[in-house]
Amino acid sequence: MEEVLKTSLYEKHVSLNAKMEPFAGYLMPIQYEGIIKEHTAVRTKSGMFDVSHMGEIYVKGTDAVKFVEYITTNELKSKPSGKVVYGLMLYENGTVVDDLLTYKYSDEAFLLVVNASNVGKDYHWIVEQSEGFDVLISNHSDDYSEVAVQGPATEDIVKRILNIDLSSLGAFEFTNAVIEDHDILISRTGYTGEDGFEIYGDHIAINLVWDRLYESGEVLPCGLGARDTLRFEAALPLYGHEISDKITPIEAGFGMFVKFDKGNFIGRDALLKQKADGLSQKVVGIELTEKAIPRQGYPVFSGETQIGVITTGYLSITAEKPIAMALIDAKYSALDTPITVQIRTKHVPGFVRNKQFIKKNYKK
Amino acid sequence: MSKVLEGFLYAESHEWAKKEGKIAVIGITDFAQAQLGNVVFVDLPEVGANVKKGKEFGAVESVKAASDLICPVSGKVVEVNEDLVGEPELINKDAFASWLIKVEYTNESDFNSLMNAEAYKEIAK
Repeated sequence: MEEVLKTSLYEKHVSLNAKMEPFAGYLMPIQYEGIIKEHTAVRTKSGMFDVSHMGEIYVKGTDAVKFVEYITTNELKSKPSGKVVYGLMLYENGTVVDDLLTYKYSDEAFLLVVNASNVGKDYHWIVEQSEGFDVLISNHSDDYSEVAVQGPATEDIVKRILNIDLSSLGAFEFTNAVIEDHDILISRTGYTGEDGFEIYGDHIAINLVWDRLYESGEVLPCGLGARDTLRFEAALPLYGHEISDKITPIEAGFGMFVKFDKGNFIGRDALLKQKADGLSQKVVGIELTEKAIPRQGYPVFSGETQIGVITTGYLSITAEKPIAMALIDAKYSALDTPITVQIRTKHVPGFVRNKQFIKKNYKK
Repeated sequence: MSKVLEGFLYAESHEWAKKEGKIAVIGITDFAQAQLGNVVFVDLPEVGANVKKGKEFGAVESVKAASDLICPVSGKVVEVNEDLVGEPELINKDAFASWLIKVEYTNESDFNSLMNAEAYKEIAK
């Protein structure tokens, strides 16, 4: 049996009576008092998540920008330092190794933040691709803790409680700050559809951040349960669900993060061919017209024919209706196409819809 | 610590049954609701449906997951708790007051295999 790891904030979750479950090799808090309360705190005020299980990989060297552009889909050369860029790492066949945030320090230094469940795979993949590039790749995942603080009141709370004024930090920008002599990195990013920050630092620094925010009583600790309901409502993909080694970013609807003009990158040819040939499968939004809950893995039908499967679905806490994302046969992907979802023994009717499930609240 | 009440009978799958004359009132236990977290939906059979001991008769769903309901007795559904359709969270507030269905049971002996409160306390912890 593999050893289950604990983040540096583990004892705090236990003392708050969190429901702990293994996720990506770590024992993580799924919920504290309840997913609905936590979800609502992030939509209306502020909530914080221990996301120390995420992976942090540095790429440095004279070829760094060339190399990171080669292994990811997005464009980085034109971006100023201090910018965060969302992108995807692809296999040659165009399917997804992982999605990631790329923090640009300079053309010669990047921090890649990758999914917890993929850290080992990603690190090996990146190292393998680096032959012939003048880069140094190092996995610092164990050195960092990370807390995500999300919600409309977060900027104000961080200013008052942590004494850090982030009013001039734009969306997808990062900066350095200090907490009791510990350096921290703060980006205006998140995974909830709300304004907020992701804060990285050594374990002591992040424990300080957590404690101060918790003791203020203004930021509610939130578990992975609410993290998933929030990211789902914002139609943000989760690796293994909406993107995977069986799904390309084009099929998933993330073509805007793929920059064909920048030059060659791994998976480019396969995606160009896919665009030319047309898609055979697509990730779409689905809404049910009867009250029922479409959950991951449930089959989607058109008449008698199974056309796909739910990738994530909930009775949306914010929208208060049954909605889902599903990977289906592209022939049925037009908006308003009637479908059914098999839920236990019933076929529950619904239709294909857009993925704007809620209004996102990002800082302009 | 979950509540386990005297006067109710319990199934290993965390449903309770209470005998009221020819009727079995059926719900889920306080332990079950605590494990589930926020209940957001109940999927219950229609009045008149036949249910079987040990077989699924619906589901109770939290934000995260659907949990099958297993019937502790066989019989015919005579009443469904309609209050739970609009307010499924009542189950979180009081799982013993928030019954799911009432069943006109076929075999009185179906109750024999259920646990009393004392035995269920050993499971619900």
